[in-house]
Amino acid sequence: MDLRKDLVAASATPLVLAILAEGESYGYAIIKRVSELSGGHLNWTDGMLYPVLHRLERHGLVASKWGSSESGRRRKYYHLTTEGRRELEAERKRWQTVDQALHRIWMKACPT
Amino acid sequence: MSAGRDHAPLEEQIGQWRAYLRRRRAINGPDVEELEAHLRDQLGALTQAGLVEDEAFLVAVKRMGSLDALSREFAREHSERLWKQLVIAPDGDAARETVTHTETLVVCALAASAALAIKIPALFGLQLGDDADQPFYARNASFFVLPFLTGYFVWKRGMDLRHCIWLAVPLIAAVAVVNTVPFTRGSDTEALSALHLPIALWLVVGIACAGGRWFEGGGRMDFVRFSGELFIYYVLIALGGGVLTAFTMMMFAAIGLKPEWIAEDWLIPCGAMGAVIVGSWLVEAKQSVIENMAPVLTRLFTPLFTIVLLVFLATMAWTGRPIDIQRNVLIAFDLLLVLVVGLVLYSASARDPEAPPNLFDGLQLLLIMSALVVDAVALAAIASRISEFGFTPNRVAALGENLILLVNLAWSAWLYAAFLRVGKQFRALEAWQTTYLPVYSIWAALVVVLFPPLFAYA
Repeated sequence: MDLRKDLVAASATPLVLAILAEGESYGYAIIKRVSELSGGHLNWTDGMLYPVLHRLERHGLVASKWGSSESGRRRKYYHLTTEGRRELEAERKRWQTVDQALHRIWMKACPT
Repeated sequence: MSAGRDHAPLEEQIGQWRAYLRRRRAINGPDVEELEAHLRDQLGALTQAGLVEDEAFLVAVKRMGSLDALSREFAREHSERLWKQLVIAPDGDAARETVTHTETLVVCALAASAALAIKIPALFGLQLGDDADQPFYARNASFFVLPFLTGYFVWKRGMDLRHCIWLAVPLIAAVAVVNTVPFTRGSDTEALSALHLPIALWLVVGIACAGGRWFEGGGRMDFVRFSGELFIYYVLIALGGGVLTAFTMMMFAAIGLKPEWIAEDWLIPCGAMGAVIVGSWLVEAKQSVIENMAPVLTRLFTPLFTIVLLVFLATMAWTGRPIDIQRNVLIAFDLLLVLVVGLVLYSASARDPEAPPNLFDGLQLLLIMSALVVDAVALAAIASRISEFGFTPNRVAALGENLILLVNLAWSAWLYAAFLRVGKQFRALEAWQTTYLPVYSIWAALVVVLFPPLFAYA
């Protein structure tokens, strides 16, 4: 399955926010989680995640701090802010609206 | 797995990849670190899955995405990073930070010294605002700032004592000359001395600035670049100083005080002196950070000045109007030539000497030729009436300058033509311009030293 670029880009924000809602995380783990959740269908170009994270940070939806990995290297961890939690809720509603509308039309257009 | 043995090449590969990332302006240090941590996580997972290091590295880098796309995304998020910032940010290198720190201190001390130096004569009853003391300040203006500027370069280039003495000798000799010559009050020769002394002494600054590379063309060209940038920075700082002064006056006026003396006695003179040092420091610091402005302005104005000169010549030919010889007409044409020499000099300073001739070089030649013709017309007009005027110091000085600039431009035109026609090296023109530099200062020194006795101190 090939996902269109704009669809991948649009879903990036809610996905990242939702993953961070599960708890503090870092870039590589987020990418892995996305892949897991989508059953391997959503494959982001790894590097592209970081500008997204930085944008969310600039908007105050996530915050970051440097910590260290199990092997002792420096690693940047991101977590959701209160503002981010609110935005996640709003995003969820938006996507549910889209999902519902699509769901209804699927039932009629291609009832399988 | 023989991870231990193969580690070195992998580290090398990562290092190389990191270096590529670093070169992208939109991606800063912490970002590189974050991306590298990601790459290492990915590598760990891939080798764990059974890939050998080389393969793992290739896959991990590929998954990271192309550097161009990545840096484009970062640029979209961090557009401010595309603007080079001059305000000298510490780049994390401790050794360099200490140097920057020391330099800041040295520059502050020198700027403060220059600012205070101009107040020293006041201790001896010579007032800057006083009409009677004005000539003293005019003659000595160079000495309040140039020794400190020279000192800055001596320190910065780490010159030894022997060179310092050679730099100090002309400065001390100049102090002695301008202050012992028995000028007639308010005479032309006195004004000429005051005007030409900074030009003569600028050579001393240049030798210090080149720091032992004066006799290589490169060193002189760097000094030319420095002078142009300093001029631009000085104008900018002066504009800022004007705003500061205006606000000071306005705010104090609002509470009914008129602190003109603060502006006239302190803010303006001290600021004017200190700004030379601070401006020089900024030019030195920014060298590798920001594009040079002088060549940009040159590019912008060369075509415009060429058009103006050509239109002027055409108009003169069409209407047949002669040049109206007035008192300052010679100086006006001198300034025109100075401007054209400046345009030639600064376009040469920014040109790749290896590049083949292009349209802009043709335009330069056209500019020089039209300036030469305009000047020749003016000189012819002046020559026909020179006997009426007689030889005053001002006229001789102006004529001498005109001649010096004319020689420079005529030979430059010749070199440009040779460059365009037979594709000779552009370096010849650059070399000619840098070799010619001392001529201006030597002529200025002659005006300072020889003119007063020659014209009986009148």
